[in-house]
Amino acid sequence: MSNSSIALDGNGKLPSYLIDQGKHKGILAWLLSTDHKRIAILYMIGVLSFFAVGVSLGFLIRLELLTPEGTIVSAQAYNELFTLHGVIMIFIVVIPAIPGIFGNFFLPIMIGAKDVAFPRLNLLSWYLYIIGGTMILLSMVLPGGAADTGWTFYIPYSVRTGTNMVFTLSAVFILGFSSILTGMNFLTTIHRMRAPGMGWFKMPLFAWSLYATGWIQLLATPIVGITLLLVIIERVFGVGLFDPTLGGDPMLFQHMFWMYSHPAVYIIIVPAMGVISEIIPVFAHRTIFGYKFIAYSSIAIAVFGSMVWAHHMFAVGLSNNAEFIFSLLTFLVAIPSAIKVFNWTATLYKGSIELEAPMLYALAFIFLFSIGGLTGIIQGALNVDIYLTDTYFIVGHIHYVIFGGTGMALFAALHYWLPKMFGRMYNKKVAKVAFWHIFVGFNILYFPFLIMGWLGMPRRSYHYLPRFQIYHVIATVGSWVLVAGLLIMFINLLRSLRYGKIITENNIWGGESLEWKVQTPPIAENFEEIPVVTAAPYEYKENDEPVLEKEEIV
Amino acid sequence: MFADASNFVQSVDNTFIFIVAVCVFFLVLITTLMIVFVIKYNRKKNKKAVNIHGSVPLEIIWTVIPTLLVLVMFYFGWEGYVKMQDAPPNSMIIKVTAQMWSWKFEYPNGVKSDTLYVPLNQPVKVLLHSMDVDHSFYVPAFRIKKDVIPNYNNTAWFKPEQLGKFDIMCAVYCGLRHSYMYSAVVVMKQKDFNKWLAKQEEGKSDVDTTSSKM
Repeated sequence: MSNSSIALDGNGKLPSYLIDQGKHKGILAWLLSTDHKRIAILYMIGVLSFFAVGVSLGFLIRLELLTPEGTIVSAQAYNELFTLHGVIMIFIVVIPAIPGIFGNFFLPIMIGAKDVAFPRLNLLSWYLYIIGGTMILLSMVLPGGAADTGWTFYIPYSVRTGTNMVFTLSAVFILGFSSILTGMNFLTTIHRMRAPGMGWFKMPLFAWSLYATGWIQLLATPIVGITLLLVIIERVFGVGLFDPTLGGDPMLFQHMFWMYSHPAVYIIIVPAMGVISEIIPVFAHRTIFGYKFIAYSSIAIAVFGSMVWAHHMFAVGLSNNAEFIFSLLTFLVAIPSAIKVFNWTATLYKGSIELEAPMLYALAFIFLFSIGGLTGIIQGALNVDIYLTDTYFIVGHIHYVIFGGTGMALFAALHYWLPKMFGRMYNKKVAKVAFWHIFVGFNILYFPFLIMGWLGMPRRSYHYLPRFQIYHVIATVGSWVLVAGLLIMFINLLRSLRYGKIITENNIWGGESLEWKVQTPPIAENFEEIPVVTAAPYEYKENDEPVLEKEEIV
Repeated sequence: MFADASNFVQSVDNTFIFIVAVCVFFLVLITTLMIVFVIKYNRKKNKKAVNIHGSVPLEIIWTVIPTLLVLVMFYFGWEGYVKMQDAPPNSMIIKVTAQMWSWKFEYPNGVKSDTLYVPLNQPVKVLLHSMDVDHSFYVPAFRIKKDVIPNYNNTAWFKPEQLGKFDIMCAVYCGLRHSYMYSAVVVMKQKDFNKWLAKQEEGKSDVDTTSSKM
C-alpha cells in the first residue's frame, strides 16, 4: 500500500484514503478509523480469513468422505467439522461478506455521500463481527470442543450435547447485532444521505439490493438473537421452553430459528444479485434491461422471503393447511428471482460484451444460481420434498445458491472493485485461469450431491452406504480442483496489491455509476464536492466506445 | 431406482420428473441465450451496443408463464402429499421407537423387533415415538420420510408393493452415531409374514429389549 502512495503522489492526485490516516496513526489509523472505506478493508481481512478457515474445514470433510467408514477423523470430530463449516460460512462469511466489504466501501460513494449515516456504529459492527467470529474459532480449542449440532442448533440435541454450545450460541448472538447495525446504518444512509438529484430510481441496483437486505437484517435478525438466547437460558437454567423433557416444545425452536434463517438466505443472496446487476451492464456496455423490475423484485423477495420459513419443516408434521400455504408461497417467491435472471440475460442482448474476469464470474453466477434456484423449486413440491429433505440434495442446493450465488458474486465483486479500492490491477490472464478452475471444480464437487440426494443419501453422515462411494469420490476430486482455483485466484489478487500495474484512471471498466467518477483509490470523504446527479445509473452514450484502452499486465 | 417399491413412488417420481423437465428447459434456454449473446455481441465484433431499457410485454410474459408453471408444480406436489397423510382404515399399526441410535418396532400383538417386517400389499401405519432427540424415519425406496420428535405423535403410512429388503435411515442429525442409525424394512409374502409373526410370538421377542413405553 505504501508503494501505491508514492506512485499516486507523483500523479498530482489528492492523497487517497489509504494514505490519509485521519487523527490516529499507524495501526490505530485502521483499527479506530470511522472511514467507511477503511472499515470495508477491515471487513475484507476478516471475511477472507474466515473464508480460508471455512474452506479448509470443507476440504477436510471431503477428504474424510472418500471412504464409507472413518479414515482421517473420528465421528465426533466429523460432526464438529461440518457444524463449524456451516456456522463459519453462514454467519461470518456469506452474511457479512458483500454488505460488509463492498456495501461499506461503495454504497456511500454510489449515492454521493461522504460516509454512512453512523460511522462510529459502523466501526462497532466490525468489532462485534470480529469478536463473534473469534469466539467461534476459539470454541474449537476450548475444553468441551466445538458445537456438534449442525449450524441449525436443533433442540433437543443442542441442550443435551456436552460441547461448547453456550459459547458458540453467544458468538452467533453477538454476530447478529453486527448484522442488525449494518442493516440499520445502510437503511438510514440510503434514506437520508443521497446526493442532490439522486432519486430512488436513479440509485444503482446495488444500492437497491442493500436497501432490501437492510430491512431483512433489521426485522429478521432479532428473532434469531432472542431464539439463541432462549436456548442458552434453556441449557443453563432448564426453564422448559424448548426441551420436551421439561414440557417445552422442540418445534417452537424450529419455527423461530427458520423465521430468521430463511430470510437470512435472502440477506445472503440479495446483495449478490445487486453486484451482478452492476457488473452485467458495465461489461455489456449498455443500459440494464428492466431496471425497475429488478429493483422491485428485490423488495418482493424481501417481503415474500419472510413468509416461507416453514418450507424447511415439511417433514416435521405440520398441519395440512400450513403445508399448503408454505408450499404455495415457496413457489411464488421463486418468481422475483426468475425475473432478475431473465432481465440479466436480456441485458446481454445487443450489448458489446467484454469477457473480463468480473463478467465471467457474473455469468457463472447466473448459471450456478439458476441451478440453485431450480433445485429449490424441485423441493418446493410437497411430496418431492418429503423424499428429498435432509438428503444431499438439499446440501447440493444450498451450495449452488450460496456458493454458486453469493460466492461467485463475491469473486466477481473482488475482480470488479478491488482495482478501484487499491489502485492496482491484477493479472487478467491468471484471473481467467483461476476462474475456469473454480467453475469446473465447483460443478464436479456439487453436482454429484444432487444425484446422491435423489438416490437417498442422508446429509450430515460420517458413515455412508458403499453404493454412494463413487459420488463422494468424484465430489472430493472436484474439491481439489476448486481449492486449486481459489488458491490461484487469491494469490493473484493479493499479489496485485503490491506488484499489480498501477491504475491512474478513475474509470477502469467504463462504468457509469458514481464510484467510477471519483479518484482511484478514492480520497477520504470520497468527493471534493458533493455531486449533483442528473443521469440514471446505467445511461450509456450511443455508440459507446471503450473509456480507455485496457492493456494486459505482464 | 424407479422400481415401484411402495404406493408413493410413482407420484413422487412423476412430480420430480415433471419439475426437472421444466427446470432443465429453462436452464438450457438461459444458458444457450447467454452463450449465443456473448459470442454474437462480443466487443471484438460488435463495437456498438444498443441501449434497450426494457419491455413491459416481455416482463409480463416472463412473470406470468413461470407463475402458471409453478402453480401446476405446486398442485402436483400437494396432490401427492395429501395422499401421504391419511392411512387407510385397514392399515396394520406398528409402533416405531427411535432412540440414539437405533430403531425398534412393536407389532399390535406385542411382538418386538429391530427390523421392520411387513406383508406385501398391506398398508402399514407407523406411530413414531422418540425417546430422546429429533430423528427422522426415512425409507428412500418407499419415498417416505417423517420426523420423529419427542412429544409429537407423528405418523406415516405406506403400502409395500415389492418383495425385498429396503434401508431405513435416520434423516435428521441426532448426535455421535447418527450416520449408523440404520435398520431395514423386509417385505414378505403374507403367509411368510404370518409364519414369522407366529414364531416371534412364541419367543415373544427376537431382541432383548426393555419395554419402550413412552
